[in-house]
Amino acid sequence: MTELNKNTLISIKNLGFSRGNKHIFDNITLDIPRGKITAIMGPSGTGKTTLLKLIGGQLQPEQGSVTVDQQNVHQLKPSQLYSLRKKMGMLFQSGALLTDLSVFENVAFPLREHSHLSESMIRTLVLMKLHAVGLRGARDLMPSELSGGMARRVALARAIALDPMMIMYDEPFTGQDPISMGVLVHLIKSLNTSLGLTSIIVSHDVQETAEIADLIYVIADGKVIDHGEPNALMNSSSAWVQQFMHGSADGPVHFHYPAPDYHSDLLTT
Amino acid sequence: MLHYFETLGRSTRENFAKLGRATFFLLLTLQGIPDILPRLSLLIKQLYSVGVLSILIISISGLFVGMVLGLQGYYVLSDFGADETLGLMVAASLVRELGPVVSALLFAGRAGSALTAEIGLMKATEQLSGMEMMAVDPVRRIITPRFLAGLMSLPLLAAMFSAIGIMGGHIVGVGMLGVDDGAYWSQMQASIDFYDDILNGVIKSVAFGFVVSWIALFEGYDTLPTSEGVSRATTRTVVNSAFSVLALDFILTALMFGDI
Amino acid sequence: MSHSQRQDTLVGLFVALGIAALFFLALQISNLGSYSNQDSYTLVARFENSGGLKVKSPVSVAGVRIGRVSAIQFDNQTYESVVSMQIEAKYSTLPEDTTASIFTAGLLGEQYVSLEPGGSEDYLTDSGEIEITQSAIVLEEVIGQFLFKDKDPEE
Repeated sequence: MTELNKNTLISIKNLGFSRGNKHIFDNITLDIPRGKITAIMGPSGTGKTTLLKLIGGQLQPEQGSVTVDQQNVHQLKPSQLYSLRKKMGMLFQSGALLTDLSVFENVAFPLREHSHLSESMIRTLVLMKLHAVGLRGARDLMPSELSGGMARRVALARAIALDPMMIMYDEPFTGQDPISMGVLVHLIKSLNTSLGLTSIIVSHDVQETAEIADLIYVIADGKVIDHGEPNALMNSSSAWVQQFMHGSADGPVHFHYPAPDYHSDLLTT
Repeated sequence: MLHYFETLGRSTRENFAKLGRATFFLLLTLQGIPDILPRLSLLIKQLYSVGVLSILIISISGLFVGMVLGLQGYYVLSDFGADETLGLMVAASLVRELGPVVSALLFAGRAGSALTAEIGLMKATEQLSGMEMMAVDPVRRIITPRFLAGLMSLPLLAAMFSAIGIMGGHIVGVGMLGVDDGAYWSQMQASIDFYDDILNGVIKSVAFGFVVSWIALFEGYDTLPTSEGVSRATTRTVVNSAFSVLALDFILTALMFGDI
Repeated sequence: MSHSQRQDTLVGLFVALGIAALFFLALQISNLGSYSNQDSYTLVARFENSGGLKVKSPVSVAGVRIGRVSAIQFDNQTYESVVSMQIEAKYSTLPEDTTASIFTAGLLGEQYVSLEPGGSEDYLTDSGEIEITQSAIVLEEVIGQFLFKDKDPEE
């Protein structure tokens, strides 16, 4: 048991959450190991982003618990939660850069807010982080001048500014051209090893995710359907997981939205 | 019929819930004030976008409102041979009512809607959420400076509005219609009381600044994070601000000048 | 840096303009300038009826304003209205037998206290009382008397 605790950074137990009358999560249990890249996959609308917000303590679960680094996130006082969040980086789908600040100031933002470093120290740190994502030359641009992929890389530089123990990626590959996609895949992998991070990727891009993930959880309809290493999942016994991992048009999830019989539907006038 | 009551009940409950959220939001905003004092640059930036950028519309509107008051007032007053009290009429209407109220309405349209759209977009693009995840409280960092800027700007803008309006009345009344210059000012000075009229006008505009900033920031913060949600919230800001300013004006006027 | 400096300057200008407008309103528009910040002394007069006189109503001699009403109280013993007036210190030569009357400016205007200097050689001093007073004329009373007089002989 102690062995498990040491190797597990985040442990989610019997988590339940619903929005309005819609159950998003129904009794989910999963563990995220320290130092690895864990992917959480599933079709759109299964609340993968919601899961990240629950881990970050931005949402309150209805039942169950989320434990990060042996602290129960939803029982922390606001000040404790804030100091835990300083150790968490999060990369939002849109990048969530502050639109009125330059690239440099965006990366400097968490440093200015949370440290009392000198201006030259901040400059050095910011340039180091920007260099790590390959955008040291873009420091004076404004967020509106960046492409989607660059914005995500700046956001990544900002997320690692405070040297966190973990980073959560919300759909990092969505809407990227092949080159920026490749850059991001490479960055996530290399940062994870070089900084000794724990990475959590929420995504439905099977190929890219399977390439770098050590462990994959597949979530659908509020439940964990399957989990394991990428190769194992590709050959999963579940037809549903097979369809998802291989992206087949038809399978347990039908191509057609439920509708009356085609022929009789056409003939009714 | 039952359906109607059901809808009514639900919307009532939603409105109360919104009022509750708005109150909680206000408390959080006020709590952040001590954090602003060591970081005045945040406040100055907002004073610029909320206050400085509103000067033009306030000045021009004030000038025209004053000129219209001069013109209309002259025609009414000259019928009674009382045209030398024109200055008093212009100044009293501006200082007591039109200055605070009209500048609050313009402020809601110019600065309030901009605040709602800005905060709403920050929410829609996950900037507020992102700040929370960087362990920065977005209310303290984003909302409180804007709230204080609104609170400080409106009284200054309303004072400019009244001052320029009185000049506008002077241009029309004295310059064009031939009211005596001395009478214009002296009638004003004899009857406008510093405490009863001017200070009460300032108190009104502080109250309006409070309410308009509160509504604008809350609507932005509480918006649905979609482009449709932001555009609706912006409309609601202008409508609700205008309504609240006028209702509050009645209450404050009754308290200050009336014996209700 | 220059951008933010320009912003600072404009904000400074904005605040300065706003405060200047407030000063303009306070000094040029209102009666703040004519509040007697200089020395003043108080005179008291008792009226049977002070009518529509209010605090801050003007007190004038020969049509020139020399002070303001500072308080109006009711005397429980004599059932009179006790009017205190603040007179500017430079008008210190009001004779002891000055008369105080309450008049109305125009037919419907506001009411004010008019002082009529007498011939005495002694002057009123601080907290001095004006002995001879004439009450406000209440329009309704005058009309009432007029009607009453008219009807009385018939009965």
